[in-house]
Amino acid sequence: MNNPLLRRVMLAVAAPLLAGLFAVVVSAIVLEVSGSPALDTFRTIGENGLKLETMIDTLNRATPLFLAAVAAAIGFRMNLFNIGVEGQYILAAFLAAVVGSKVDLPGVLHVAVIIATAMLVGALWSGLAGLLLVSRGVNEVISTIMLNFIATGGIVAGLLPRFIDDPTAANQGTPTLAESGWLPDLNGVVEIFTREIGKGRELTGVLVIALMVGVIYHVIINRSLLGFDIRASGMNPLAARVGGVPPKRMIMVAMIGGGLVAGLVGMPEILSDTHAYDQGFIQGLGFAGIGVALLGRNTSAGMAAAALLFGFLDSSSAVLQVRASASSEIVVIMQATFLLAAVVAYEVVNRVKQRDEVARAVRATTEMASNEAAVSA
Amino acid sequence: MQLALAIELKGITKRFPGVIANDNVNLSVEEGEIHAICGENGAGKSTLMKILYGMQPADEGVMKVFGEEVTFSSPNDAIERGIGMVHQHFMLADHMSVLENVILGSEPMKRGVIDFDEAKAHLVEVGEAYGLRVDPEDLIESLEIGERQRVEIIKVLFRGAKILILDEPTAVLVPQEVEELFRNLRELKADGATIIFIDHKLQEVLEISDSITVIRRGKTVTTVKASDVTAAELAELMVGEELPTPDTTDSTVTDELMLSLENINLVDEDDRTVVHDVSVKVHRGEIVGIAGIEGNGQSELIDAIIGIHPVASGTIMLEGVDITKESVRHRRELGLGYVPQDRQEEGLLLDAPLWENAALGHQTGRPFSKGFWIDRQGARTQTGMIREKFDVRSPNVDVSARALSGGNQQKLIIGREMAANPKLLVAAHPTRGIDVGAQADVWNQIRTARAIGLATLLISADLEELIGLSDTIVVMFHGRLVATLDPAEVDPRTLGSYMTGAALGETRDAPDESPADGPGPAREKEGES
Amino acid sequence: MIELWNRFNALPAWARWPVLASLGILLLAVVQGVSGTQLLTDEGTANAMVRWSIPILLAGLGGLFSERAGVVNIGLEGMMVLGTWFGAWGALNWGPWGGLLAGLVGGALGGLLHAIATVTFRVDHIVSGVAINILAPGLARYLSERIFTGEVGGSVSQSPRVDGFDKFTIPVISDILQSIRDLNWFWISDIAGVLRGFVANLSLFTLLGLLLVPVSSFILWKTRFGLRLRICGENPWAGESLGVAIYRHKYMGVIISGALSGLAGAFIVLELSGLYRGGQTTGRGFIGLAALIFGNWRASGVLIGSLLFSYPFGLSLVDFDAETSGEATRALLLVMAIGLAAVALWALRSDRKVDLLVAGGMAAVALVWYLGTQTAASWLPNTMPYVLVLVVLVFASQKLRMPKADGQPFTKGAH
Repeated sequence: MNNPLLRRVMLAVAAPLLAGLFAVVVSAIVLEVSGSPALDTFRTIGENGLKLETMIDTLNRATPLFLAAVAAAIGFRMNLFNIGVEGQYILAAFLAAVVGSKVDLPGVLHVAVIIATAMLVGALWSGLAGLLLVSRGVNEVISTIMLNFIATGGIVAGLLPRFIDDPTAANQGTPTLAESGWLPDLNGVVEIFTREIGKGRELTGVLVIALMVGVIYHVIINRSLLGFDIRASGMNPLAARVGGVPPKRMIMVAMIGGGLVAGLVGMPEILSDTHAYDQGFIQGLGFAGIGVALLGRNTSAGMAAAALLFGFLDSSSAVLQVRASASSEIVVIMQATFLLAAVVAYEVVNRVKQRDEVARAVRATTEMASNEAAVSA
Repeated sequence: MQLALAIELKGITKRFPGVIANDNVNLSVEEGEIHAICGENGAGKSTLMKILYGMQPADEGVMKVFGEEVTFSSPNDAIERGIGMVHQHFMLADHMSVLENVILGSEPMKRGVIDFDEAKAHLVEVGEAYGLRVDPEDLIESLEIGERQRVEIIKVLFRGAKILILDEPTAVLVPQEVEELFRNLRELKADGATIIFIDHKLQEVLEISDSITVIRRGKTVTTVKASDVTAAELAELMVGEELPTPDTTDSTVTDELMLSLENINLVDEDDRTVVHDVSVKVHRGEIVGIAGIEGNGQSELIDAIIGIHPVASGTIMLEGVDITKESVRHRRELGLGYVPQDRQEEGLLLDAPLWENAALGHQTGRPFSKGFWIDRQGARTQTGMIREKFDVRSPNVDVSARALSGGNQQKLIIGREMAANPKLLVAAHPTRGIDVGAQADVWNQIRTARAIGLATLLISADLEELIGLSDTIVVMFHGRLVATLDPAEVDPRTLGSYMTGAALGETRDAPDESPADGPGPAREKEGES
Repeated sequence: MIELWNRFNALPAWARWPVLASLGILLLAVVQGVSGTQLLTDEGTANAMVRWSIPILLAGLGGLFSERAGVVNIGLEGMMVLGTWFGAWGALNWGPWGGLLAGLVGGALGGLLHAIATVTFRVDHIVSGVAINILAPGLARYLSERIFTGEVGGSVSQSPRVDGFDKFTIPVISDILQSIRDLNWFWISDIAGVLRGFVANLSLFTLLGLLLVPVSSFILWKTRFGLRLRICGENPWAGESLGVAIYRHKYMGVIISGALSGLAGAFIVLELSGLYRGGQTTGRGFIGLAALIFGNWRASGVLIGSLLFSYPFGLSLVDFDAETSGEATRALLLVMAIGLAAVALWALRSDRKVDLLVAGGMAAVALVWYLGTQTAASWLPNTMPYVLVLVVLVFASQKLRMPKADGQPFTKGAH
């Protein structure tokens, strides 16, 4: 136990492990109490998980989750609670789909315009909340949540009827994008290593973008001057200010940065899946992304792992629904319980780590002092 | 003849991770006496009092109150036994009234709800009995420091305390207020109260106490009668050696102007003027000390120099450059260094490693960053140098700042500021809360830097430090600069009277401006001088 | 003018609001005259406003108890969701009272969870709240899937219909107000009409909600429990030094806030929708928080904020029911334009240029919108509460004062 590296690894892993265990136990109890055999359910989930198609599906679901998490995490690093990812990505996807259906460009450009529009819209909407905070001190939690509703219930609800393709369709939406606006899938790449992917599953090309975003996020936050300023502001805003970090600029950078990434969250569906914004457009990714960010402790690696986990669980939910052996909703309970248990566990482990570090430092310093004394004696 | 013992502590031991705060401490306080507990910062006095007041349990030892053995699990138990504590850092809720603060925890009830009338009557009664006057309806935030302390004392008396513990009560008071406090204490003693008094200012201790117990590094050194001992002897008992004092050396003041504040006016968020028309000059090789009671505008002035508080009117020039509207970052890049008054709140990132803390405030430019990127190697090397040169005790540069003791944290901060070769250093209470050895180190560093041209603006509540280090002292009172004094010719009493405005014929709570300016509402004069 | 203003400010708080409200009604009466709609001060509108304000009010009061105890409760929304589900389930089994109590308990359980996380484990308040907001709807869906599917009208996302409380009208007062209303005097009758909305066609639950305002105030400011709870939010270390059980009071504050939010959810189910449906809280927990901030952390302020934020929606309900669909909502634009213009004028006098630009700009937009349309679409009143919250926070954020230790973690014995 005295090996520092081993100790550090154990501490890092302890929290999510404990939380996961807790979540599994709670879910098992809930399942049994409501009449579904827990072991069966878990086995179904496990068996399904080993299939290639499930893995593809997991990656597809994890991609937007990861992007949403990074969007939220940029703010979280600065103790800015940007709950607005939800409204930002929906607004961004809608407007990007509208713009995309109106322009006629060759492939790469078409896709680029769509992505750029989405990112710009996300940045503007998020920046608005940032502006309200910086200029008027409006709490960003409330402002972003209000803006969510204004975006979805107001702007999209108000504007969508004007751009509807076929008013008689059951699922109304913007016109389907021309194929030049479609992002090619990665099946070809995957099939180099594996067998042919069945069931019509396609691995979204946005995965590549997500990976790039993850790397950029990590590098900037941990290695750059900007990242230092952001982290300092998050750790101790007053000390950061005294240390020269410009507070208002940081807030705007964090909010706009978050908005840029938030715009990408809807891209898998727009570019790889439905190729339009319609009433069935997936909702709730913003909040789920926040959960992923919290679970992943705002680090690229952590959020990637958490996104994969949540994506996998979501994918399992569909299977459970089909098999009808248990309620598919148990997945949401597992996710939420895991999240809650994890944040508690992180806090506890953190405190242990701190106390540990202080004690070790004191010991080491006293050792050093007595060594010095011994030497000089 | 043996008087009854009000308090008897035997063998009290308390351990924290890495340190033994109290090591087999013994204390005997007679009924009806004023008993002082002396020791330098970090000796363990506060911990002992917290144990006595039930805020923390002792690991070992026996406690007896009025002859009966007791164990306290919460302050409630102590209060029930007649023990009351007046804290060094006031335990008051700013947004609530004096009445609410006083009755909290011992609220008089009538038919299930608080009986405010009875409470008010009792409070006024207690106040008058001991000559402590406060208005129950006042909000705490509108009161000055001395008045807040009075509220703390009334809090304790309201509950019928017979044993009062005062934790460094004079830390925030000037000599005249200290006299007022001592008058009150003597009256309390005449009414039969027992008073335990923590202090490290030897003159005061000798003046007011009957007996003194000296604590050093967690252990009881001895207990003596005040009449049997001199200040020098006390000092030796406290430190084991002579107390170092800042001494005046040859002047290194040049006539090159480094910092110039001209007609600075500052307002607070309610648009009240907190600094009126202040002008100060600091030259290379000079230390200018700002004296003043907390809350008279010094903090705001310092914040304005740093760049955190906007300047309503006036100019700030640093080496001839107008920095009045410049950002904090730019000012730092121009050579402004800052040792903040609260190191943990304003100066450190507790959960970041030392090398990142060393970068704070200097992260733009070498050696901490190269362009857009942080230069980890450069940062670590620089931190290592700071660590060695300023004697920051830590196993390496990777531990979090949290793991350092208060004194080492302060040394790190001073080291990082000095290592950046500032042209102007603003130092607010640079040796607050650190032990004597570290304090002497800090003074030396500042003096050495001064000798090679550093200009320093010093704020300190420690009048000895102020007088000892400064080349010039300016006094702030109610946001104005009311005096410029030569430290070689001033003594704490005179300084104190300027700080309280008494020297100008004003009383502390009736500024002659309209209620719109100045801290606190204009109220009737209380005849203090 | 200034003299009037000074005399106005000298009035105690409880007297100022009626004056402001009367002036507000005057504005509405004037706009009614100009635009032709009769619905702005209609009793039906006021009644709808009151009814729809209750969930926001209860959530806001929940926030009050929590934040006065020093704990930020973003999870009010999630606790409200628990209230909706448990309210429906309780009502299905035991009628309206069962629903009310079950909703209260459901919300309180959510509060307990938040308290454990934030007080005992010192998790960041916002993080815990967000986690609860994610957990609650999921739990509700799961429970619906287990319990409601299979019942008539039930599914994974909604419950069968439930009954609410009976409605009643307070005698005497309502008659007096009715007669004043019938006189059709400009402004006076309008005030009577609005007031009648508070006393006619009330359900017991609504009355309970309104009564909780003075009750909350009383508890917090006149009782021992309230004083000790408040010290947790102002300076818990001071309370600790005097032997106050800080953890216990924080727990109580948060659990009460959960209970009140649960009550809000039960109200939505029992009185407004008639059933549980996923997503029916529509951010009202957060609007409740906004009402709390607007109300400067006082119970009376929360009430005013809730009424203000519910007014547009209440109006739209009545508006889109009548044949004049959309007219009154359009008139609301004119009200907003005038109101914003007044803010702009004030900004001009106080020499606040940014405020002037913003308020003036928004007033212009509202005016143009009004003049350019005949009726307003339904998504406008749906969005107005959220816009109103932002507008209020933009102009009023500066003067507010939250409990000093709100949001700060407290560790026993550490100071």
